[in-house]
Amino acid sequence: MMNIADSLLIVVLLLNFFALGTSRIKGLITGSAAQGIVLGIVALLAHDKFGFQPLLIAAVTLSLKGILIPQMLLRALRDVGIRREVEPLIGLIPSLLLCALGTGLAVLFSHALPLAKVHEGSLLVPTSLSTVFSGFLLLTTRRKAISQVVGYLVLENGVFIMGLTLVHAMPFLVEMGVLLDLLVAIFVMGIIINHIKREFASLDTTRLSQLRD
Amino acid sequence: MAWLLFVVPLAFALVAFAVPSNRVRAWVVAFAGLVQLPLAALAIQSPHVEGMNGWLVLDSLGKLVLGFTTILFAACALYVPGYLAQMRDGNSRIFCTAVLAFFGVLTLMTETHHLGLLWVAMEASTLFTAPLLYFHRTTRSLEAVWKYLLVGSVGIALALLGCFFLGYAVLHSGREPSLQLSELIKNAPYMSRSWLHAAFIFLLIGYGTKMGLAPMHTWKPDAYGEAPGVVGTLLAGGLTSGAFLAILRSFQICVAAGEGDFARKPMIALGLMSMMVAGVFMARQKDIKRMLAYSSVEHMGILVLGIGIGGAGVFGALLHMVNNGLTKGVLFLSAGNIHRAYASKSTDDVRGALRRAPYSAGLLLAGFFAITGSPPFGPFLSEFTIINAAFVGHRYAVAALFLCMLIVIFIGMGSTVLSVVQGEPGPLPQAPTSKERLSTVAPGFILLALVLLLGIYIPVPLEQLLRAAAATLGGR
Repeated sequence: MMNIADSLLIVVLLLNFFALGTSRIKGLITGSAAQGIVLGIVALLAHDKFGFQPLLIAAVTLSLKGILIPQMLLRALRDVGIRREVEPLIGLIPSLLLCALGTGLAVLFSHALPLAKVHEGSLLVPTSLSTVFSGFLLLTTRRKAISQVVGYLVLENGVFIMGLTLVHAMPFLVEMGVLLDLLVAIFVMGIIINHIKREFASLDTTRLSQLRD
Repeated sequence: MAWLLFVVPLAFALVAFAVPSNRVRAWVVAFAGLVQLPLAALAIQSPHVEGMNGWLVLDSLGKLVLGFTTILFAACALYVPGYLAQMRDGNSRIFCTAVLAFFGVLTLMTETHHLGLLWVAMEASTLFTAPLLYFHRTTRSLEAVWKYLLVGSVGIALALLGCFFLGYAVLHSGREPSLQLSELIKNAPYMSRSWLHAAFIFLLIGYGTKMGLAPMHTWKPDAYGEAPGVVGTLLAGGLTSGAFLAILRSFQICVAAGEGDFARKPMIALGLMSMMVAGVFMARQKDIKRMLAYSSVEHMGILVLGIGIGGAGVFGALLHMVNNGLTKGVLFLSAGNIHRAYASKSTDDVRGALRRAPYSAGLLLAGFFAITGSPPFGPFLSEFTIINAAFVGHRYAVAALFLCMLIVIFIGMGSTVLSVVQGEPGPLPQAPTSKERLSTVAPGFILLALVLLLGIYIPVPLEQLLRAAAATLGGR
């Protein structure tokens, strides 16, 4: 079982690189959707027995992160009518190099943290840290508001993977609360994106620069 | 009882959402603020307030935050009808609903003993405050709310990662992991040290972002600058205190694990850094509200610094949390009045406020003296306690830096505040939207009276509460 989960986690890692390397916003959103779907399956595998709750959590994760939120973002993309590039502040190749560097550091850092017996040899911790880093990179180096939201989504995915190490400790209510908060956060950001588009006739967040000291 | 405390404001939020009339809705907020006072007083007096299988436990630390945030909220709630009456255009439905819902989740933060639930409440508070920041619907407030959402969400995500790390630290010891505070404290001595350290750093950075500690404070000047005064109060006195409480919860676990010394170092560093950043940006600050935002950065720094110094500094920091929250109410509410009386918040236009808006200008001036630690106001006492603790703990360099920054900030803030209140009012670029009224001035005076009281005499029940809370944090 763990082997399947590990190979899926490698897919998650590769999707990080894809997200940072793609030049189209649509590709970026699709990449994050794929990551969400994979995470839904990993969530199911992380529970050792199949019950109602693990199934529900996996289903909710998959439908929120894999389908609903990406749909919301794609719709926002259609509404504001942009098709063009991701427009990174740093180039795509440097982004990829930074991502590789971050992944390497994540692996090193997670080696410094002792793992519990159940997780020995598992990729959960390094994948989590690397995904958090990739999300942060996307969020800080992309100009378009939608790309930044996807960055936040990827960052949240990384945190979610870390949460999978604690599936027994996390009460159902909290897990659902976390997912609901994520949904609402993206929803609120979506609304703001629409307002940004209306006010500035662009989604370029570098135009949001009136406030400074 | 434990349920009632946070469900009542949430229920009022629903009522406010359902009420069709703008006028009635504003009074719903005021009424909710008044209802919450006796409720909170009752909860603080009763020895055991628990619920949801130990998820909700109102301990001394929670009571402290609950007590003063409820008073602050009541003052803001009384301010709301007068404020909204001056806003000619627009619908206040979202505003009133969000204010009440925000207070509901803030109350939940004070009483929850489950770190997961605490996180959910913190994230919810971020989301409820976003529409409040965008109340004026200008491009500037749009920019502010975007930065607030993005920076805040990243901080919150890192805090969640920290929570998971804490759980993993327990898991590693082979015990049953739980994110309940009592369980975490019980398991703390057995936790894996490296995971615990990593967890505390992530929690400090994550919740520190919500608290607005430098260098994660970047959202703060923009958000406070564009927010209506009453929202600024709720953020600077309420939300940041909730985030501070979350950091204190993490600190409690470190102390229980015997890692208090590890946790104190980054807190001292962030505290001093926040004060320095505030000092630099407050000098020659032309925007009144941005100046207040940097003052908030400074005082958040003082709070974590006090905890980091330890000993009596913990008592001082907790007292300062109360003082700062109440004084921020005085400052933001009066700054909001002045902003509206001039239709500007830049010192280029705002002059001679003592003539044009005498009560608000007086409040701003008194609030300035209070927040910069002049006697006889409350913050003087709490800042003095922290400095004293630094000397007692032989941290002379920290104490010296602390004193230096206080002086720099006093001068920087003073030059802005004095140029606002003194002089002759000049011609205005735009017609002002309103004049002072009793309803928008009285809440500030009530808060100022409390700040003054705390500087002269600390009521015995409050002192007992402070001592009990400080004891849970390894201080005196």
